[in-house]
Amino acid sequence: MSTTFVSRRSFLKVSALAGGGFMLGFHAIGKAMDNTLAEDVFVPNAFIKIDATGIVTLMAPNPEVGQGVKTALPMLVAEELNVNWNTVVVEQAPLNTKLYERQVAGGSGSIRSSWESFRKAGAAARQLLTEAAAKTWNVNVADCYSENSFIIHKPSGKKLGYGELASKAATLTPPVEVTLKDPKEYTIIGQRIRNVDTKSIVTGKALYGIDTKREGMLYAMVARPVFGKKLKSVDDSGARAVQGVKNVVRWENRIAVLATSTWAAKKGRDALKLEWEDDTKPESTRDHQEAFKKLIQQKHDAPKRNDGDAEKAITGATKVLESTFEAPFLPHASMEPMNFFADVRDGKAILFGPTQTPARTRTEVAKVLKIAEENVEVGMSRQGGGFGRRLQADYSVEAAMISSLAQAPVNVIWTREDDMEGGFYRPTGMYRYRAAINEKNELDAWYLIAAAGNQPNATRENSFPAGAVPNFRVDSHNLESNISIGPWRAPNHNFIAFTEETFIDEIATALKKDPVAFRLELLDRAKNNKFGTVAYDIEKYRGVIKLAAEMGNWGEQGKNGIYKGFGAHFSFGAYVAQVADVSVSGGKVRVHKVYCAVDCGRVINPSGAENQIEGGIIDGIGHALFGELTFEKGVAQQKNFNSYRLIRMPDAPLEIETRFIQSDASPQGLGEPCLPPVIPAVTNAIFAATGQRVKRLPVSLMTFL
Amino acid sequence: MAKYSLFINGKERSVDVAADTPLLWVLRDELNLVGTKYGCGVAQCGSCTVHLNDVAVRSCAVPVSAVGTKKVTTIEGLSEAGDHPLQLAWDEADVPQCGYCQAGQIMTAAALLKRNPKPSDKEIETAMTGNICRCGTYIRIRKAIHLAAQKGGKS
Repeated sequence: MSTTFVSRRSFLKVSALAGGGFMLGFHAIGKAMDNTLAEDVFVPNAFIKIDATGIVTLMAPNPEVGQGVKTALPMLVAEELNVNWNTVVVEQAPLNTKLYERQVAGGSGSIRSSWESFRKAGAAARQLLTEAAAKTWNVNVADCYSENSFIIHKPSGKKLGYGELASKAATLTPPVEVTLKDPKEYTIIGQRIRNVDTKSIVTGKALYGIDTKREGMLYAMVARPVFGKKLKSVDDSGARAVQGVKNVVRWENRIAVLATSTWAAKKGRDALKLEWEDDTKPESTRDHQEAFKKLIQQKHDAPKRNDGDAEKAITGATKVLESTFEAPFLPHASMEPMNFFADVRDGKAILFGPTQTPARTRTEVAKVLKIAEENVEVGMSRQGGGFGRRLQADYSVEAAMISSLAQAPVNVIWTREDDMEGGFYRPTGMYRYRAAINEKNELDAWYLIAAAGNQPNATRENSFPAGAVPNFRVDSHNLESNISIGPWRAPNHNFIAFTEETFIDEIATALKKDPVAFRLELLDRAKNNKFGTVAYDIEKYRGVIKLAAEMGNWGEQGKNGIYKGFGAHFSFGAYVAQVADVSVSGGKVRVHKVYCAVDCGRVINPSGAENQIEGGIIDGIGHALFGELTFEKGVAQQKNFNSYRLIRMPDAPLEIETRFIQSDASPQGLGEPCLPPVIPAVTNAIFAATGQRVKRLPVSLMTFL
Repeated sequence: MAKYSLFINGKERSVDVAADTPLLWVLRDELNLVGTKYGCGVAQCGSCTVHLNDVAVRSCAVPVSAVGTKKVTTIEGLSEAGDHPLQLAWDEADVPQCGYCQAGQIMTAAALLKRNPKPSDKEIETAMTGNICRCGTYIRIRKAIHLAAQKGGKS
């Protein structure tokens, strides 16, 4: 993780704005110019605009999918700029790889990769403004300081606003070195700052991709093959007869109907007479389960991790525990279904819409259209959720092809059904765990064999309790499938945490130990007598476990029908432990409250951070309780929210209590890490309440008496 | 196609659309009132909630031909200046994440407060159960509804 925070030489570019003012691009030298940087290092940038009237515009270069970076990233710049936050205007920047890097919403990485460079961008602008003031007054720069969008001359008390200094600052040479503030002086970082877009959201003015309208634009809906099928024949006469339908185009196995309204496009699409034929073998959930059952009995030739000899320890054990867990496919089901605007004409492509990876969109669009990347423009709308689905470029590429074929600007709209059937799911899988208990009643071996569809890396081999167990082995089998998968909020972790933390609970129960005490004991073992590499910070892990246990009154079981379960997990740089208060009554599971302890380094915006935590927890509970997508001969069986159940308000806990470990460490990820541990916290509580172990998700498949 | 006269946000608007067009798509495509969102098309998610004569309805399931002379209110018409107590409370409680469902949430909540100015947690849950928030902001939504109720509910 440390490579993310590598500091590097940088230069600043100042350019004059028409009408006065200056624009400061903070451009860090990238990989091409500094050979010492590792391949995977991301180098972010920022943009500041200050006009002569003093309006400070901060650019938010990263895609906003609800994770709050449009508020949090500009906060970093504003802090060092010493600007009055209430006067700041935040603008979404389009894709520009010359100015910005890592314009991605994924891997909980926006803040952690921008922490240094965004603050430096603010500090550099502040230094230029200070210098401009000193020159104006003909005084020593060292006697000037900045505060609340003003530069003040300390000895005389004279002051000038940033707007008044903007033109002069634009003529100065940018600094090569900048001085960052002492965190003790922070007035913005660490404050509860509200989402910058709330006012436009609550008045219906915030525009999402689906709201895009352009001159001459047509709406398109597409008929796509189910998994394993291809198009055999098309009769589009019915579609063309629908009033408002303007065109029908075919691209490979897809047929797009273009119309003057979304409704006409949908009616046209539904009126297509299409014949499909088998391409590859259409698969069913049953087929996957049968194949997984076989794979998890086989050891893999190339284990992901292999400390000691787990097989031997299991063979010679006093007691062996075994559990198998099953993960269903999950669709992302973002509230805004997939859509993208494209206008491809005369060798140029203008793309606009919701994407977590605009750069990938540009690359793939250029490739499929066979044009140069510089002829593809990608703009980002606000996005109605992403959860990983919008890391793909299938839907933007499709929009580009349709526009190219129809030679018209087009917004391709997916229905909910299209979205649910459209692929790139959280992979389905099966995880078989075995544990050996030795004669001293200790956990002596841990052996996981996982199998997942299209996912050769379905495990996280360095996860806790790796390092605490002498014989520790992880194998991961891939089952090839024609059903597409992709990252889904906290990829792999979103299921791994449930399996690991449930199995740890089972082992604790078998050893007649308290589950929390047992986890702490394992951490002691990892610390005092570690086995192999330990990829997590033992003290941070211990810190959140102890805090969550304390917050959640751990040990108090069954009071007023409430049972407690524990879950902890480390992912994306953050340590999270949770206690869930659950009741099971009349067969119904209800999560009443979740206590959450987090160590994610410095917290930039506590309100936004807590919102992510609450959302991650509710998202985790919802998918654990209800989420399951099944297949029958290549066809998704759940197509809309009447058969695919998402969590609703009555199913959500009434309260989530969050506490952060106070930390001066660099900020870590937060959008994803709070989801994984809540699933085992809830299912372990269900065990405490009922004596029944949840091993297959969703929980709704089980019957509780 | 057929011509319809609709009363939307206090104004009379004329549209020429197919009779089976859901009110949702009339609002969005014909009148550019895009604050009302499409989420499911089958009245399951609540993103498209508007008021018909002050009652919350799912506009994806109301054909334009069924609207008649009923008064339609969308998120754009909930308040003149964006200062309905719920809109203010949503900011105060810092509710939205992606924000896509929030217009629908607010419209459902506004209809609730109109008929029940001081709802309990249970009454809020019952009224809001038809509105899905995929980001999981339910705790803050509930809090914002209480905040708005304390401040007098309906503006």
